[in-house]
Amino acid sequence: MKKADGPAIEVEGLTKSYARAGGRHRPGRGRGDATPDDRVRALLPFDLTVSRGQIVGILGPDGAGKSTLLRILATLLVPDRGRGTVCGHDLVKGYRQVRRAIGYMPQRFSLYPDLSVLENMRFFAEIFGLSRAEFRSRMAELLAFNMLGPFLDRRAGALSGGMKQKLALSCILIHTPELLILDEPTTGVDPVSRAEFWEILRGLRDQGVPVLVTTPYMDEAQHCDRICLLHEGARLAEEAPERIVESFPYSLAVLRGGDPLMRQAELGTLEGVVRAVAFGDRLHLYTRDLPALTSRLAARGLEVTAGRPTLEDVFVEKMGAAPDA
Amino acid sequence: MPDVAAERSIAVRTRALTRKFGAFTAVDSLDLEVHEGEIFGFLGANGAGKTTTIKILCGLLLPTSGTGTVAGFDILTQSEDIKRSIGYMSQKFSLYDDLSVRENLEFYAGLYGMGPGRLARRLDDLVPRLQLADHLDKVTASLPMGWKQRVAVAAATVHDPAIVFLDEPTGGVDPVSRRAFWGLIDGLARSGKTVFVTTHYMDEAEYCHRISVMNAGRIIALGSPADLKAQAGLATIQDLFLSLVRRDQPAGPGPHGGTSR
Ligand SMILES: Nc1ncnc2c1ncn2[C@@H]1O[C@H](COP(=O)(O)OP(=O)(O)OP(=O)(O)O)[C@@H](O)[C@H]1O
Ligand SMILES: [Mg+2]
Repeated sequence: MKKADGPAIEVEGLTKSYARAGGRHRPGRGRGDATPDDRVRALLPFDLTVSRGQIVGILGPDGAGKSTLLRILATLLVPDRGRGTVCGHDLVKGYRQVRRAIGYMPQRFSLYPDLSVLENMRFFAEIFGLSRAEFRSRMAELLAFNMLGPFLDRRAGALSGGMKQKLALSCILIHTPELLILDEPTTGVDPVSRAEFWEILRGLRDQGVPVLVTTPYMDEAQHCDRICLLHEGARLAEEAPERIVESFPYSLAVLRGGDPLMRQAELGTLEGVVRAVAFGDRLHLYTRDLPALTSRLAARGLEVTAGRPTLEDVFVEKMGAAPDA
Repeated sequence: MPDVAAERSIAVRTRALTRKFGAFTAVDSLDLEVHEGEIFGFLGANGAGKTTTIKILCGLLLPTSGTGTVAGFDILTQSEDIKRSIGYMSQKFSLYDDLSVRENLEFYAGLYGMGPGRLARRLDDLVPRLQLADHLDKVTASLPMGWKQRVAVAAATVHDPAIVFLDEPTGGVDPVSRRAFWGLIDGLARSGKTVFVTTHYMDEAEYCHRISVMNAGRIIALGSPADLKAQAGLATIQDLFLSLVRRDQPAGPGPHGGTSR
């Protein structure tokens, strides 16, 4: 391994735009609405540094440019502009070395559906050149997470959605790369396995393997050392999760019980409420004046308590209006 | 959450429903009753048998043994009637990316044998409800995920079914879009439809009138979120899920002995 001291990722000024989807893939139809200039900017000039021993989370709404960024860093996509290094190798000229150094899992990763669970794992172990002993000890650890032990002989194609996802993750984790890049690794994975999976990520981080990860789960984001909030291709914030939470600009009133989804619409327009957001069995009300809101709600027979905002509050507040709100 | 009268009519009922693949039992003697107008959260571990059960209830797969009715029709003998009475949105929903939103809806309406007149009347209701008016003539591929999801709901309910099966509709969806989507689900239930939904987001389980938790083919908990939490003395469904599924897991060696197994 080389350059063990430099940052795992150091890129600056990355930009990427795509032709707008649609139109051109419609043979026999004259209705294409994409003009050559009609481009979507997926990534504005973007800088990122990831040091060793860190889990960095990229968060953002659908279409924020997260996957584009990850694909560029995995050298599967060439940026329009910008430069940098991944594991010490040039992002463009050194793409072969980058690919050898990293473990990358795209959002929709396909296994070999006709191979069994065990065959898939063995296949990846062979690609990465693991010894039998290494394979055996790694398998034991991964089976504790993926719970696929009873199903080793099952065709991957016959697994449930979440089991497939866990197998794909296990195949990526079978060797220890210099850097892990994971695009929504836990989508479809149940809460028990998600917890186990994050144990593994933290273990790797502690061994010095940095991790760059996207996730729609805010409880997972909380486990990152640093979070980058991405919106429309640009960075809104980048800090430790606790810092990001501290930046929440409102007071939080929590209303328990009732019907949060219904009250979300009803109380969202109440005077003094910046935003009402359902959180399971609770409703979170963002306000600039907590005492005033508390008494206004008390007048309606509703009792609220002061709450501490979470990362999910920050996300919802920063990422703007839901289509329904 | 809202009270669900026990006498309400039954939308889905199964008795000892079982599905095997070879020697493996994916769904193990399932007894279930879902009421009309209910949002029923069908939770469970990966591989628990949720999708398999939903496929059986939608008439896409036959059980190995056991019986069931959906919208009053027998799952063994009346799967055609069932298909007309239900909407189904699968884990990987199937829209045609190259078609416009309107064309997708026309396609699904065609599958259900709806004529242009009936479709037009249906769209008058559906389009404002899902706020799709500005998007009808856009190519589906160009829409952000949250909107595609709405189109998928529109496609699954274009024939105005009484029961809607949604298999992980919010998988991989960001926190803002997820909430908007649950607003839609709530609206479906308020308009009288029965919603049978799976999710791995435990906060979403709280929006359901009743939930079940499934592991290894069996239901290991069933009730309203509030009752289940109270019985277990736990604050959240997330805690409940972790404790139930971990306890139910066969003990095995692993490096993470610190967890509650
Ligand atoms: N065609 C098949 N052949 C063999 N086994 C199958 C087949 N289809 C499903 N199974 C098995 O049945 C079990 C239940 O799968 P199912 O897809 O119903 O799970 P699920 O509860 O939907 O899980 P997830 O949360 O991961 O979506 C799994 O062990 C799966 O591998
Ligand atoms: Mg499933």
